Amino acid sequence: MSIEKYDFNEKNILHFKQDKHQIAIATHVLQVYYGNKHALVDGDLEFERYRITSLIGASGSGKSTYLRSLNRMNDNVAKVEGKIIYRGLDVNSSKINVYEMRKHIGMVFQRPNPFSKSIRANITFALKEQGLKDKKKLDEIVELSLKDAALWDEVKDDLDKSAWSLSGGQQQRLCIARTIAMKPDILLLDEPASALDPISTSKIEETLVELKKRYTIIIVTHNMQQASRISDYTAFFHMGHILEYGKTKNVFTTPQIRATNDYISGNFG
Amino acid sequence: MDPIKKKIQSSSRETRQDLLGKVITYTCIALIVLVVLSIFVFVASKGMATFFVNKANFWDFLTGKNWNPSMVDSKGKPMLGALPMIAGSFGVTILAVLFATPFAIGTALYMTEIASHKGERILQSVIELLVGIPSVVYGFIGLSVIVPFVRNNIGGSGYGILSGSFVLFVMVLPTVTSMTVDSLRAVPRFYKEASLALGATKWQTIYKVILRSSTSGILTAIIFGMARAFGEALAVQMVIGNAAVMPTSLLSSASTLTSVLTMGIGNTVMGTVANNALWSLALILLLMSLFFNIVVRLIGRKGRM
Amino acid sequence: MKIKLQNKIAINIIRIIAALVVVILLFLLGDILISGVPHISWHFLTSASQSFASGGGIGVQLFNSIYLLLLTLIISFPISLGAGIFLSEYAPKNIFTSIVRMAIEVLSSLPSVVVGLFGFLLFVVQFQMGFSILSGAIALTFFNLPLLTRNIEESLRAVPDLQREAGMALGLSKWRTVTRVILPEALPGIITGVVLGAGRVFGEAAALIYTAGQSATNIDFGNWNPFNAASPLNLMRPAETLAVHIWKINSEGVMPDASAVSAGASAVLIIVVLLFNIFARIIGNSLYRKLTATK
Repeated sequence: MSIEKYDFNEKNILHFKQDKHQIAIATHVLQVYYGNKHALVDGDLEFERYRITSLIGASGSGKSTYLRSLNRMNDNVAKVEGKIIYRGLDVNSSKINVYEMRKHIGMVFQRPNPFSKSIRANITFALKEQGLKDKKKLDEIVELSLKDAALWDEVKDDLDKSAWSLSGGQQQRLCIARTIAMKPDILLLDEPASALDPISTSKIEETLVELKKRYTIIIVTHNMQQASRISDYTAFFHMGHILEYGKTKNVFTTPQIRATNDYISGNFG
Repeated sequence: MDPIKKKIQSSSRETRQDLLGKVITYTCIALIVLVVLSIFVFVASKGMATFFVNKANFWDFLTGKNWNPSMVDSKGKPMLGALPMIAGSFGVTILAVLFATPFAIGTALYMTEIASHKGERILQSVIELLVGIPSVVYGFIGLSVIVPFVRNNIGGSGYGILSGSFVLFVMVLPTVTSMTVDSLRAVPRFYKEASLALGATKWQTIYKVILRSSTSGILTAIIFGMARAFGEALAVQMVIGNAAVMPTSLLSSASTLTSVLTMGIGNTVMGTVANNALWSLALILLLMSLFFNIVVRLIGRKGRM
Repeated sequence: MKIKLQNKIAINIIRIIAALVVVILLFLLGDILISGVPHISWHFLTSASQSFASGGGIGVQLFNSIYLLLLTLIISFPISLGAGIFLSEYAPKNIFTSIVRMAIEVLSSLPSVVVGLFGFLLFVVQFQMGFSILSGAIALTFFNLPLLTRNIEESLRAVPDLQREAGMALGLSKWRTVTRVILPEALPGIITGVVLGAGRVFGEAAALIYTAGQSATNIDFGNWNPFNAASPLNLMRPAETLAVHIWKINSEGVMPDASAVSAGASAVLIIVVLLFNIFARIIGNSLYRKLTATK
């Protein structure tokens, strides 16, 4: 394994034709700084609606940083510059109501983080906070979102048990259910299966493929098999630069950039 | 127009909640800062009155040996020598910490290096209980046990700096111990393991590695103990004898800044020299407390470098 | 061999020191309980104190201590909660925050007698509240605030950031995330801290001598109108607490059974503080277990 220098100007980025594809969210020259560290350079990506896009790359390549910037989860820890275009608005602006925005751009994290509440309350909590009081409607949403997350059959009799009594894989699916209960446009997932066993992982993958009928999904993953199995598009991140972006098949079979080729053939990372 | 687009651009329940949260928490914190500031302003302004209103000489106040604020000396000036109390306060503080430090370090070493998990937990509870005993109870035990003990076995009336130090010793012991434990626990494990692997005995490791690398933490613990001893009022007041004269021995009746304050404030009239002089003592207490704080910060900064 | 012997001696000295500390505590507890418990009776706990005659109880003082403690908690808890939330969730990393932190540290290390004197100056004299329960509760609040604030801050900090992100990612406001998600998870730690702090407040005397006063006026336990001067709930009446009572009778008490009364009162004080300690542990543990769903 050699540490090779790659030319960061050499890029191969897919841009969609506006009339043929619907763009759910896009970024223009997005920069992220942690203090003096320039963690993401010139992030320029467009994400097609109702598709799964994988963000791959080695640890520290900036893929999670990029993902977390999309719904402004990095606001407190980093300086984010550039544009994030969602519904024709630049949501990376101080005039934007981030709370409202996050209801439409939901996020699931690397480690399962259910609230210390019952399974039911984990899903209804944010809805109630928004003012939804109708109990029947809430029960309906609980059932639907748990079914969507492929968890319903396992927990339907224990909805009032603490979410912390579930297994890690179940907790993560509950977190997915909790996020889709908000009926977001876009689902951001930050290595959602990295802390889970293979069975839970494949369950989550099945769930995601099912969900892309109604949601735009952007997923950060370490696992290249996972990326090639479930995603339509793949972006390759390297040392804060996005070097290649295109159809998953193309990126994995005929990468145009040397760094991408080296990464997917296992030469580093 | 896209309703979602519109929502994202306007304020909502959440933005109002967040404003409310900020207002509430900033108010609470401002209130605390205000309290601290007013304590300093009020006590300082009262304490300075002795020098600015009653024209007492600051140096004479610190070094004078005669304390009798309601009387005047041959030159017609009130007798405002605070040295007896200052000496008393420092006397009990230093002695108490001298007694407590070896016990605290020993106990802390036992808890972190020698004891089993169970032994450690027992001592942890012992320390917590010692902290929990109210100071008047310490004073009462001092009166009923320590004072007679000193009188019968060592000499004097039993009231005095020695008895005060004994009481304070037990009172500062838990403070110093638990902070020493914290600093011993902060010593990286591999220091200890490296030393033991080189064939050093447990004691050599403790003495040459563990204690050396936690010196600044132990020093901080001792300063905290001193701060606590210096500011303690009732327990000391109950056993020290409360004679505002220069202490001549550890066994003679003496007084501290705090003991004179607790006895005197109620017996003097607001605005009189005698009363103002007491506030000056309170100011000294306040400044000493600040001083201990600053020392702790300095040690902390040095320890980090 | 010399080194080994040295090691053995040193380790044994450490053991002896630790044992001595345990002995000191056992002696203290034993002394108080043995000399005090025999004086505790229903009569002692409920009847009024005597100034010159023997046979006085501590009923009024005990009530005052409890009432004062409750008032102090009612005033200090909300403020510390707000301040603790500020420090753990909102505090920006700037000079203002470091000044705030220093102020809290200074307040926590101020001698309680100074805090009491400040309360005396400001509330008793300046605001003409006189020696009163309210003045006392405010002084105790000053004494309790820094400890409680720090405890709440630490308990909140112990909740992983993952939980904050979970709330934020659902579009909850920061305030609701903190109050509805983080705070409930920090509750076991907070309650343990509050109860331990309550033990300290219950035994505090120096801050009260010149604020709540040193006299226990006769109160009429049949009258619960807080605006009546004889009512136990009246906020403006002077109120000697148990701890102040112990100090008072030992400093200037003239009743013939002063030492018996102080022994009994000390024992009551210690028992209450012990109960607070045990209670804090039990409630903290059981809340924690309930929270983490481990049975």
